[in-house]
Amino acid sequence: MRQFPSLAMEVEGVDKIRQDFPILQRQINQKPLVYLDNAATSQKPTLVLQVLDDYYRCHNANVHRGVHTLSEEATASYEHARLRIARFINAASYKEVIFTRGTTESINLVAHTWGRTNLRPGDEVLITAMEHHSNIVPWQILQAQLGFTLRHISVTPDGLLDLSELDSLLTERTKLLSLVHVSNVLGTINPVPELVAAARRVGAIVLVDGAQSVPHMPVDVQALDVDFLAFSSHKLCGPTGVGVLYGKRALLEEMPPFLGGGDMIREVKLSGSQWNTLPYKFEAGTPAIAQAIGMGAAVDYLTAIGMDWVHEHEQQLTRYAYERLGQIAGLRMLGPGPEARGGLIAFTLGDIHPHDLSAALDHEGIAIRAGHHCAQPVHDHFGVVASARASFYLYNTPDEIDQLVVGLEKARKLLAF
Amino acid sequence: MEALYREAIIDHYKHPRYKGHLADPDIHYHDHNPFCGDDITVELKVEDGIVIDAAFDGRGCAISQATASMLMEEVVGKSLADLKQLDKAYILELLGIEIGPVRLKCALLPLKVLKAGIWGLDEWPE
Repeated sequence: MRQFPSLAMEVEGVDKIRQDFPILQRQINQKPLVYLDNAATSQKPTLVLQVLDDYYRCHNANVHRGVHTLSEEATASYEHARLRIARFINAASYKEVIFTRGTTESINLVAHTWGRTNLRPGDEVLITAMEHHSNIVPWQILQAQLGFTLRHISVTPDGLLDLSELDSLLTERTKLLSLVHVSNVLGTINPVPELVAAARRVGAIVLVDGAQSVPHMPVDVQALDVDFLAFSSHKLCGPTGVGVLYGKRALLEEMPPFLGGGDMIREVKLSGSQWNTLPYKFEAGTPAIAQAIGMGAAVDYLTAIGMDWVHEHEQQLTRYAYERLGQIAGLRMLGPGPEARGGLIAFTLGDIHPHDLSAALDHEGIAIRAGHHCAQPVHDHFGVVASARASFYLYNTPDEIDQLVVGLEKARKLLAF
Repeated sequence: MEALYREAIIDHYKHPRYKGHLADPDIHYHDHNPFCGDDITVELKVEDGIVIDAAFDGRGCAISQATASMLMEEVVGKSLADLKQLDKAYILELLGIEIGPVRLKCALLPLKVLKAGIWGLDEWPE
């Protein structure tokens, strides 16, 4: 295990980390890549790439089936990845860690299984106005079919959840509170423990979208006492195509299966079938084996560095970025101040369209995101069609933020009216 | 960064020609690109099948707005029959820069709106 100095901005530590990510050596438009689109997807360390390569070169086989060496090796690696991921989020058991295609599928799984069996007309599902589309649309689809009521907690002008109306929104009619841990637009870190406590008082269960929190800060499902947590591999240094739904065992046991097929059954007869035990009940078909193993390696990598370190590093970068971006004339940041946000900042710069900003920065080798970031309602709330977003990870440096600022000043000169 | 967009594109973006609305247009069409929020309205005044005046309004990125401005300069004096023939290659020549697949939608939105208006389509066929 590596030791990094407690001073997170210590250059040597970040330099070492940067060497683990081969893509950071790339030049884009003859400039060194400055990758600030980590909220969309993170880059992958050599360890993860090697694990994927090794799996396909030496161990590739289907899992939970064969009685041959390769299949046993593949199964052991796949299940070992699950164990380490369970440990990473402090799940009580590996049975509570279900591999899915990612955060979106994890939320849809809950909607289709728990939602379909538990929601009736008169019931309410409470979300927030700062959700990613993946935590809005599944509930809208289900609402149209089942006829429950979908409500939302609104957002204050500062980009925080408006909890002043919580007592009227969260009532005994509320069966589920489904909310984002860290907003992918505002960066807001929502007060999950407080909201879980409020949900418990009315008997509602809580689903947390951890897509932007699990990769960036320590997340302990038992300490938070959430019922479900959804997150993706590709945002935490792992491969695309895999993610996790954590669920409390008692809830998962009660839920019907999601997809039907191989691996999720104990016994199939033409007259009917019995479901497999957890977590396999929810994993029909051949899973993303290599990707899950790669996700396990990503979690090992982050664990070795330490999630406290990752979080503190990003906090320092974010405070610095907030200060530097705030000095650019006409630049408006969405969301709360740096003391209450995760490592991302969405902004607008005068009347310059975010796509132009992104294209201009790309010319300087700087990758940011532009658009509505799959969160149109929160953009509507702040009266903007789209925004540009810089998002940080463990390998980013203050120097890269300086380059972003220089690039934005150039873009302003070129494109501002 | 200056090489990103030709000077003419920046000029049309910052100083759009034919921007606004016509008093009594014969053709009026509006569409937008929900992906990026680009939004274009085109209005044409037509006499004997020839465009005698044009206007566009809208908001969005430099590519979409500059293309609209450039296109309006081109359409005045042309016949509707000729305008129906305009295609992607024509727009790319007008812009004179390389453009990736994502931004291509921005560049083609003004032409899409123009042609939909001329064909009198209620909705652009997907």
